[in-house]
Amino acid sequence: MPQLKKQYTAKDFDTDQPSRWCPGCGDTAILASVKNVLANSGKNKEDIAFISGIGCSSRFPYYVDTYGMHSIHGRAVAIASGLKLHNPGISVWVITGDGDGLAIGGNHFIHALRRNMDLNILIFNNEIYGLTKGQYSPTTKMGQKTATSPYGTIEEPFVPSRLALGAGATFFARSSASDLKHLQKTLTRAEAHKGTSVVEIYQNCVIFNDQAFDEFLGREHRDDNTIKLEHGERLIFGKNEKKVVVNQKGTFQIVDEESADPSEVVIHDEKDINLAFMLAQMEEVKPLGVFYATERPGYAEQMHHQIEAAKNGEGKISMQDLLHTGETWTVD
Amino acid sequence: MESLDSVIILFSGDSGDGMQLTGTQFSNTSAMMGNDISTFPDYPSEIRAPSGTVFGVSGFQVNIGAEEIFTPGDQPDVLVAMNPAALKAKLPSLKKNATIILDDDAFDRVSMKKAGYKVFTVGELDELLEYKVIHAQITSQTEKALENLDLSTKQKRRCKNFYALGLCYFVFSRSRDSTKKWIKEKFKDNPVLLEANILALDTGYHFGETIEASISTYRIDEAKIAKGTYRQVNGNTGVAWGLMQAAQASGLDLFVGSYPITPATDILQELAKHQRFGVKAFQAEDEIAGICSAIGASFGGALAATTTSGPGFALKSEALNLAVMLELPLVVVNVQRGGPSTGLPTKTEQSDLLQVLYGRNGESPLIVVAASRPNDAFEMAFEAAKLTLEHMTPVVLLTDGYIANGSEPWLIPDLTTRFDHINNRLADKISKEFYAPYARDIDLVRSWAVPGMADKQHRIGGLEKDFITGNVSYDPENHQKMVKVRAEKVEKVKAAIPLQTLEGEEEGELLVLSWGGTYGAVHSAVAELQQRGMDISLAHLKYLNPFPRNLEEILKKFKKIIIPELNNGQLLQVINAKFQCGAKGYNKIQGQPFKINELVEVFENELNVKAHATT
Repeated sequence: MPQLKKQYTAKDFDTDQPSRWCPGCGDTAILASVKNVLANSGKNKEDIAFISGIGCSSRFPYYVDTYGMHSIHGRAVAIASGLKLHNPGISVWVITGDGDGLAIGGNHFIHALRRNMDLNILIFNNEIYGLTKGQYSPTTKMGQKTATSPYGTIEEPFVPSRLALGAGATFFARSSASDLKHLQKTLTRAEAHKGTSVVEIYQNCVIFNDQAFDEFLGREHRDDNTIKLEHGERLIFGKNEKKVVVNQKGTFQIVDEESADPSEVVIHDEKDINLAFMLAQMEEVKPLGVFYATERPGYAEQMHHQIEAAKNGEGKISMQDLLHTGETWTVD
Repeated sequence: MESLDSVIILFSGDSGDGMQLTGTQFSNTSAMMGNDISTFPDYPSEIRAPSGTVFGVSGFQVNIGAEEIFTPGDQPDVLVAMNPAALKAKLPSLKKNATIILDDDAFDRVSMKKAGYKVFTVGELDELLEYKVIHAQITSQTEKALENLDLSTKQKRRCKNFYALGLCYFVFSRSRDSTKKWIKEKFKDNPVLLEANILALDTGYHFGETIEASISTYRIDEAKIAKGTYRQVNGNTGVAWGLMQAAQASGLDLFVGSYPITPATDILQELAKHQRFGVKAFQAEDEIAGICSAIGASFGGALAATTTSGPGFALKSEALNLAVMLELPLVVVNVQRGGPSTGLPTKTEQSDLLQVLYGRNGESPLIVVAASRPNDAFEMAFEAAKLTLEHMTPVVLLTDGYIANGSEPWLIPDLTTRFDHINNRLADKISKEFYAPYARDIDLVRSWAVPGMADKQHRIGGLEKDFITGNVSYDPENHQKMVKVRAEKVEKVKAAIPLQTLEGEEEGELLVLSWGGTYGAVHSAVAELQQRGMDISLAHLKYLNPFPRNLEEILKKFKKIIIPELNNGQLLQVINAKFQCGAKGYNKIQGQPFKINELVEVFENELNVKAHATT
């Protein structure tokens, strides 16, 4: 029986649970964007599930009126994978952070990407452990002083885009909690993507790592230090759009638009994995938007196909038949 | 020809000599000829240990009988040794006057030295004088028999295990038919190997006929066992099939998320074969992802399970605790092996009982059951699934390496009358009633709404929740209440499990209290002493949490209680703490199962202690 698609507004996804995030936390803005995306996704509430791990961001499922599980530290992706494999009809979202997803949950993260599990994984990246009060995370900047690195960290941070692309992501995008229009547009793309979608969301922790992204997201700097990616468009940015990215013998250079050789100006192509890796390498200027989007068969659908083929091809037998396979003998 | 009630045969050789296959063929043939059987493989953890070394010896023991058999037997009556290392490793375990079948070709100077012998030829081995030895040139005779076949010398030599099997078939008056049938099926795509193996089998058999005058041959009559159709089954296969049947009986899809680990891997491998039953067998990236994927599938409405052994169980404990808190159904199978740490991966032990009962943070009770023997694994896996689905709390099924790899005949159940129905707690899809995830029925069991069910969206998690609403709660009184409720829910399972049975008188001098995979040896030892008129009874536990509701009553009726375990006294601690009954332990921690004679002696001593005290 085909079910009627229900019409929703973002408000329909509210729950009766009050948010426990700090005033000014970027998580609140992300929640609002996600609800908008859900309302426009055409999916029924009951066909959506949010799975999270542990950390500030992982409280998220309590605030969305769908099915949800606030699980244990680092394991959301593994739990979400099991849910998706059992019921591929459910739209499964994973809410995780830089600590939950990339430290304790790093193993599950890379394997989900390798398998192309059809999940929407949102990494709330604030470059710090918030819930445990200010220890460095796998994305904290080298040398940064935190509660557990009073002399500065001495480890290279992960760049989530590089990690995801290296592990075989079929969709990677970056956005921020401070640009809701861009975030919503990016999340809509992620929701529609078949396969694992990873969205890294720069999210400011006002208490333990305030202004971590100011260099890129602050009102003063954002136009000069970020590039909004558009498929088929030039990599152009800067106040009044004055700078472009050019590819000179395999390396990216930033030059004034006026002096650029038009044949060298990089045109964004979401299907180009090499371009995606080069975007992931950019550090002084951060690309925002969809780096890479491609399609390949996912684990859940392949498992489904194998099972259907086995059911049809090998013929149906009963458990009783199975118990009698091989050598049996009868005692009279 | 001599007639025997039972005989224990041990096949031994290098890991690559095919002894597991030879033993399996011998036991299959015997089972089909109407004997009762029990088998136990004993192999090194190295896949191909260095050839000719004592630690690389692979053994397969089979006990066949004209009477009911409960264990693979204590001391072998017959040893087949394919090389000096096998002889060296296994000779100490043989019965006095045992028969030894040797491949003389393998007893060269180098191999003798490698096995640690000080002499250079088989003829100089004085220790063989106490045994009946059948000298055979297994390697060279096999090569000779196959000389006209288009095979390399190495390929020809690999057929020697069938020569040895053929010889054993002659000695024990076995038919070659079923093995020939097996060879024809196995090598149907390779006619040369098919011919070679049959030729090797026949040549070995004919060698027996040639030397008949100089050796003893034996007959083992059909055993008097219950009517019906039988097959062989090992514990791992039994567990896999039990879970599959539980899925059918509950109308759910089976999802198993696991990671390879000895000795549990075969369960995942078996389940992976059965996609046509809709089984989803997911090999996860680690033990934690194995259980977590199962929890996700359970949240989605599957009959979910994860299979592992001790070290893997340790890794899963945090996630298992989540399942306890979420009150979701989940079967965790722990095929116990020797511990701690990596321990003895291929050896058997019962040392995870306390880990399973108590190895989680906080107050975290769950249901624990244990299989008693290989042909009990199907039933207990089904039972574990039934309990978890009916009570909405995780169940741990304990088996062990002995049950997992040992095989026995199994009277195939009629699935239309048994194992045919499980009530699951899925919420009513149609009902428009407000769904509260942690509303409970009289057994304190919650109902199970799953994604896809309209108007029942809810959020659950590892944080403590309010008794009424299920929302996150930090209220002190509520936490105490919830801890008590989760414990009481598990206690209430008592009403759903069978009463503890007793073998022997209901009261008396000595009660043997055992659990899990030791059943065969303990039963056999107790039965022997009962036949000799001794005052001894046996209660063998398959339900370890909660215990059967009549257990305390049973314990009170015996003057003394002894608990034999393959660990350092784990059930003993639990029983003495709970019932203060002064039970005594008998503990063996050698990676090997109990021997019947060993237990007979221990129980007899225990009974005699009393005799001395009263006289």
